[in-house]
Amino acid sequence: MTTATVTGKPDEPVVATRNYLTEEGVTLRSWLLTKDHKRIAILYTLSITFFFFVGGAAATLIRLNLVTPAGIFTPDIYNRLFTLHGIVMVWFFLIPSIPNTMGNFLIPLMIGAKDLAFPRLNLLSWYLYVGAGFLALFAILIGGVDTGWTFYTPFSSLYSNGYVVLALAAVFAVGFSSILTGLNFIVTIHRMRAPGMTWYRLPVFVWSNYATSVIMVLATPVLAITLMLVAVERLLRVGIFDPALGGDPLLFQHLFWFYSHPAVYIMILPGFGVISEIVPCFARKPLFGYKFVVWSSITIAIIGFFVWAHHMFVAGISLYAGLVFSLLSYVIAVPSAIKVFNWTATLHKGWISFDAPMLYALGFIGLFTIGGLTGLFVANLAFDVHVTDTYFVVAHFHYIMVGGMVSAYFGGLHYWWPKVTGRLYPEWWARIAALLIFFGFNLTFFPQFILGYLGMERRYYSYPPEFQVWNIFSSAGASVLAVGYALPFFYLGWSLFRGKRAGSNPWAATGLEWQTSSPPPAHNFDVTPTVTRPPYQYRPEPEPQDV
Amino acid sequence: MGSMQLLPPTASSHAADMDWLFAALIGTSAFILLLVFGLMILFCVRYRKNSKVERGDRLGRTWRVETAWTVATFIAFLGLYFWGADLYVGIHSPPKDATDIYVVGKQWMWKIEHPGGQREIDTLHVPVGKPVRLVLTSQDVIHDFAIPAFRVRQDALPGRYETLWFTPTKVGEYRLFCAEFCGTWHARMGGSVVVMEPSDFQRWLEAQDPGPSLAQEGEALFRSYGCSGCHGTASTVHAPKLEGVFGRPVPLQDGRTVIADDRYIRDSILKPKSEIAAGYPPVMPSFAGQIGEDDLLKLVAYIKSLADRTAQNSQTGQAAGSAERPAQ
Amino acid sequence: MSDAPVIPQPEPQYATAEQQADTASFGMWVFLATEVLFFGGMLLAYTWLRATYPEGVAEAGRHTKIVIGSVNTLVLLTSSFTMGWAVHAAEHGSRKALTQLLAVTALLGLLFLGLKGYEYHKEWTEHLVPGLNFHEDSVHAQTIELFYFLYFLLTGIHGIHVTIGIGLIAVMAVRARRGAFSSRYYTPVEVTGLYWHFVDIVWIFLYPLIYLAGRS
Repeated sequence: MTTATVTGKPDEPVVATRNYLTEEGVTLRSWLLTKDHKRIAILYTLSITFFFFVGGAAATLIRLNLVTPAGIFTPDIYNRLFTLHGIVMVWFFLIPSIPNTMGNFLIPLMIGAKDLAFPRLNLLSWYLYVGAGFLALFAILIGGVDTGWTFYTPFSSLYSNGYVVLALAAVFAVGFSSILTGLNFIVTIHRMRAPGMTWYRLPVFVWSNYATSVIMVLATPVLAITLMLVAVERLLRVGIFDPALGGDPLLFQHLFWFYSHPAVYIMILPGFGVISEIVPCFARKPLFGYKFVVWSSITIAIIGFFVWAHHMFVAGISLYAGLVFSLLSYVIAVPSAIKVFNWTATLHKGWISFDAPMLYALGFIGLFTIGGLTGLFVANLAFDVHVTDTYFVVAHFHYIMVGGMVSAYFGGLHYWWPKVTGRLYPEWWARIAALLIFFGFNLTFFPQFILGYLGMERRYYSYPPEFQVWNIFSSAGASVLAVGYALPFFYLGWSLFRGKRAGSNPWAATGLEWQTSSPPPAHNFDVTPTVTRPPYQYRPEPEPQDV
Repeated sequence: MGSMQLLPPTASSHAADMDWLFAALIGTSAFILLLVFGLMILFCVRYRKNSKVERGDRLGRTWRVETAWTVATFIAFLGLYFWGADLYVGIHSPPKDATDIYVVGKQWMWKIEHPGGQREIDTLHVPVGKPVRLVLTSQDVIHDFAIPAFRVRQDALPGRYETLWFTPTKVGEYRLFCAEFCGTWHARMGGSVVVMEPSDFQRWLEAQDPGPSLAQEGEALFRSYGCSGCHGTASTVHAPKLEGVFGRPVPLQDGRTVIADDRYIRDSILKPKSEIAAGYPPVMPSFAGQIGEDDLLKLVAYIKSLADRTAQNSQTGQAAGSAERPAQ
Repeated sequence: MSDAPVIPQPEPQYATAEQQADTASFGMWVFLATEVLFFGGMLLAYTWLRATYPEGVAEAGRHTKIVIGSVNTLVLLTSSFTMGWAVHAAEHGSRKALTQLLAVTALLGLLFLGLKGYEYHKEWTEHLVPGLNFHEDSVHAQTIELFYFLYFLLTGIHGIHVTIGIGLIAVMAVRARRGAFSSRYYTPVEVTGLYWHFVDIVWIFLYPLIYLAGRS
């Protein structure tokens, strides 16, 4: 049977026997030595799912510990738990999440290419990730590290008794995985677009990954060198960050945040891209203000390099530095606000349906807006002096990274699940999970805003009794959230074996990826498509009585 | 326990200003949030797939509204930026008549010295209504002196001084926290700020006891055996300072943590390489065979006296960095 | 000279050989951008040190071996020239010239490394290696140690890049000798050239910062 092609009819039960899952062998070797971006995307999905559960287990233990003021773990264990949670979730889950799974799978399809520019480099990226992952797991298993994911000196370079250098090596390696992915995406998007696929005809998902890749490529090398400096200081006792030897602990913070602030944009821009694909599809309307949305991503990527010291308002920077970085942090809120308004405007006069991907997308907009607004709180100089290093900041970034990015990840997972696997997931279970996640998330993290303003500090294994009530709410929410996150694992897994077979375009969506079979063939397109129209050309639905 | 507090106590001049700013931030955000959520819900209901509402002309020129909306919210938040910046400049501008109090953070305690030499550990007594300027530093890693009730905090860095000022406005006892992760007992590195009526505070200052005489003898031995050469506050050698060590956990080079009790002090003098404190080079010489048991006891008593929670008029020299001390 | 046109089939994701060549070049440019940031982080640390301890850095700078450093600069600049000439030879399909020029470039690279190794040896005997055998009697000893730490870090990482470059050039030379390249296909040579020029440019930045500090 030849490759199924365009029909546009939703849910046609076509069985594409020739697809990337079977076409180039089914042995382990054919997977581990693959050059197919789609197979590499699957490899990544498996690995990051594993790390999501590792980081999630740490989070569960953390919230369990915080139910009572005295805690249940010793401080040394607790300190290793939150460090593990941060390192794993940031570098082994969030940063690779959407780019290395959906980005890898979809970017060539969306631009009409047969693969990324450098397929072998793509595979190398994955092996670097896996190698780094082994290093990280090894560090965890032999005793862990307790510095927090931020590795502040001189604690990390001179005082910590954890396996700091091993942890630094793991992050160093996964950083190179990131750099190579970013490089591949940038080159691919520049050079491999199909005829007629001009820049302004690209889906926003592609633009978002492009902006993300620029950050990956420019910021991560600075992280690499910073971590190297800490490792050398720790091994050779040289003193670049140690004031007793003439060094400066603040130098570390500047170098670290120069990367880590742009890194948080790596951890949200791809989410913006996913939402920009889902909302037009389920509102049956073109994305409102396409160019605004596109350029807001690029603007965020650029300005994101100039706000790092807003993590250091009480660290000992000068008054003037504080004034400048706070102002720039306000400026960068504008492009994000523009996106939220544009997604909302897309709903206006649409024909909205509430399938699971759309529920996740709507949840994203809500939670991201809260997270983004609280960003304006912490960008405020006087306010931040009170809440920095408290649970207010913890709540702020979890609203964006978890309420936002993870919701987008799940939304995208469900939206493209039929394309990637050729199966439909059970819709009602998916909706239940989406709602549990939204509700559980708010219950977990909203109390933390209150705790933060009250003065509960971060990274505390035990806390004064007056903070207990809000902590209990938060931990209760976490248990709901855990169920919400576990559910998809089960029903998506089930759908692989028992789910209804999906047609090439079950959502009647626009975009070149939907013009291939579900799952797509190994080389994506037998004939390179020619693009003549802008994206999101959703047409008005016929009036109900005409059907 | 069992309380559902929403706000911390408001106990300083700045705290009251901050709460207004907080209210304004909440108000502006709530307004925007309600607008966005309201519109989303409205659109989702009104324009759901099966609703028969007129969709009409879809090329709405709403981007003018959007631009206006974006610009308006940006201006509102810019106003909040200036407000916050103004308060921030304020907390960096201590009045000239502020009393200087010295604070040294170390794993895992705060050592506080008043101008008259009164010392405290983990507690800061201050009079209500008078500005106080804290001079902060750290002996080891970065710590942060945080007083939520005053809405201020500042990192304490090793090798340099940072400052923080406030004017307490309400008598009472308020939480003090360390707010920069600093190791195992970071969560226990806290205490209280006790705000007193000026007359009570004066009485408190005068009531601080001198140490026992054993300790005074030990102090003399501390100098004659040359201990102060490395462990004294004027020393440039990277050796642990001994104030506040006694009775507290000490992190060791090999990863263990031990309590600095009589045994530990004695072993440190006689077998210094057996339990090296983390972060220090193993350069202390052994005094085995040079100091008798009774002298050892006096040294231990002296070092114990440095750990007293009720501060004392210390004669062992000044706290790190204090220059002039105004007469109390 | 005639050589049978040797143009390998483009990989399946490319429509034409030209697209593949363009893409390879572009890829190298993006990679070099990441390298700029990589070295940039170290240079930031150096800038901080120099701004904070100008006299210490000046004194440290006077310990550096300016003769070796200057000769090495000439060696690298010459190697960039021969590399550029090699790419030019490839453009014109001159297999013999290409091979020889690549070989010369690689040899110059080795000469650079040799001189650097000798320099490191001298620094070791003079007790200038931080963390290992550093000893200085100056009042600026701490700063000198930090300076040398950055010196070894910067030149060490640069040296690793030079070594990788020599490896790449050697591989290109062998392939050139076997007739892998022609005037219609010499992308790998071009891309290697880009890399080598970058390595040279990094050294141009390092040279004044390391050797000319304190020597005005």
